[in-house]
Amino acid sequence: MAGLHNNMTTLTPPRWLLAELTYACPLQCPYCSNPVDYAHYKTELSTDDWKRVLTQARQMGAVQLGLSGGEPLTRQDLPELVQHARALGYYSNLITSGYGMTEAKIIELKAAGLDHIQVSIQASNQQLNDHIAGTESFVHKKQVAHWVKQHGYPMVLCVVLHRDNIGQMADILAMAEELGADYLELANTQYYGWAHLNRDLLLPTKAQFEQAEAIAQAYKEKVAGKMKIYYVVPDFYEDRPKACMNGWGSTFLTIAPDGTALPCHSARQLPGLDCPNVNDYSIAEIWNDSKAFNFFRGDDWMKEPCRSCDEKAKDFGGCRCQAYLLTGDLYATDPVCSKSTQRGVIRQAIESAQQCVGSGTEKPLVFRNNKNSKALSSPI
Amino acid sequence: MSLNPDQPIKFSPTHRLQWEEAQQKFVILYPEGLVELNQSSAEILKCCDGTLALAQIIATLEEKFATRGLADDITAFLEVALHNGWIAQ
Repeated sequence: MAGLHNNMTTLTPPRWLLAELTYACPLQCPYCSNPVDYAHYKTELSTDDWKRVLTQARQMGAVQLGLSGGEPLTRQDLPELVQHARALGYYSNLITSGYGMTEAKIIELKAAGLDHIQVSIQASNQQLNDHIAGTESFVHKKQVAHWVKQHGYPMVLCVVLHRDNIGQMADILAMAEELGADYLELANTQYYGWAHLNRDLLLPTKAQFEQAEAIAQAYKEKVAGKMKIYYVVPDFYEDRPKACMNGWGSTFLTIAPDGTALPCHSARQLPGLDCPNVNDYSIAEIWNDSKAFNFFRGDDWMKEPCRSCDEKAKDFGGCRCQAYLLTGDLYATDPVCSKSTQRGVIRQAIESAQQCVGSGTEKPLVFRNNKNSKALSSPI
Repeated sequence: MSLNPDQPIKFSPTHRLQWEEAQQKFVILYPEGLVELNQSSAEILKCCDGTLALAQIIATLEEKFATRGLADDITAFLEVALHNGWIAQ
């Protein structure tokens, strides 16, 4: 592979491996971060392929492992992969909807060495949860949360926030406390993939954000020492971009179900990256030498205003996927930044979403499922 | 929430303390997070085995490193560790 160490950036080893085991999922969340065209990627790595990937990434220094998807529980070899990961010394995190989880499976995974289970819940009440998930799942999710706790795992509850559930903040917090969550991840929707498609229907107003955040912050103090609250900020209402992936190719390595290695889980949509596949290259070759992982390392790629910005080492120019999605230019400053000349696209997105509220012209949410994926994209 | 000097201190059952060869460092692992430890922090945490209380941990480390006067630093670090949920009593 062509080496592209273009600006003498110090290469750091991967710390975080996100293993997207499958795109199969019984849920249909309309903000799913999987690519809109996921249904066209039919091949999945074998058990042996995944074991090789885990081994190679661990040798390079990866230690946090996210087992994700789709719904990772649909992989029958999950306990075997967990066992392999544990033997290598990973701290393994199962990121699941809880759908299909049984108490026996929770016990089996614990014995295999799984460290933690993160259960997503879509809302604080059954009606909205089941509507957003596109599947009747609320009652079972709460049961799974109880089992997770009962069997000694640290319990992380994840709630993705958007216009329809952000008003439930107080109830969501109470539910997390009642379920005994050790961690509550309140993740404002990030507008990629399916969420980008549904943005007009998902993006809350600034007033909704501020109210929800104030409630969450106050609660944080109330439950200090008992429950940790992670609040993923909604960057459309910030004036500086997020330090995406802690810097491109610096910390995070995502492997998609078909073995494509990605510097971030959305990077598949960026043109010209030629993302390598673990069937063709070792993790070391991919991390150190591939075009994709070197593409935005360092700051030589930056344009103004990033290039001369004194904050460029802090936020790395923001998110490349967001820049591309909203400006059409993958080298542009993330338009969330108030220094961006294209900040107007964020303003327009906010206005467009607000006009959609109660206008009577609301189009329905596009749910994430095979039928919609195929209808919305052409074969690859 | 602060340290009870009479109670033994144990490392949190929901965190993991582990040597990382690639980093040549001890780290604390927990859901979606990692803290890199310097040598002295790691030495203190290794003493949190659920049998030793604060004064015994101080004595153990002062003996191990043949030094005195570690009490303030160790106590301050353990207060932080307790606050972060890395240890429990």
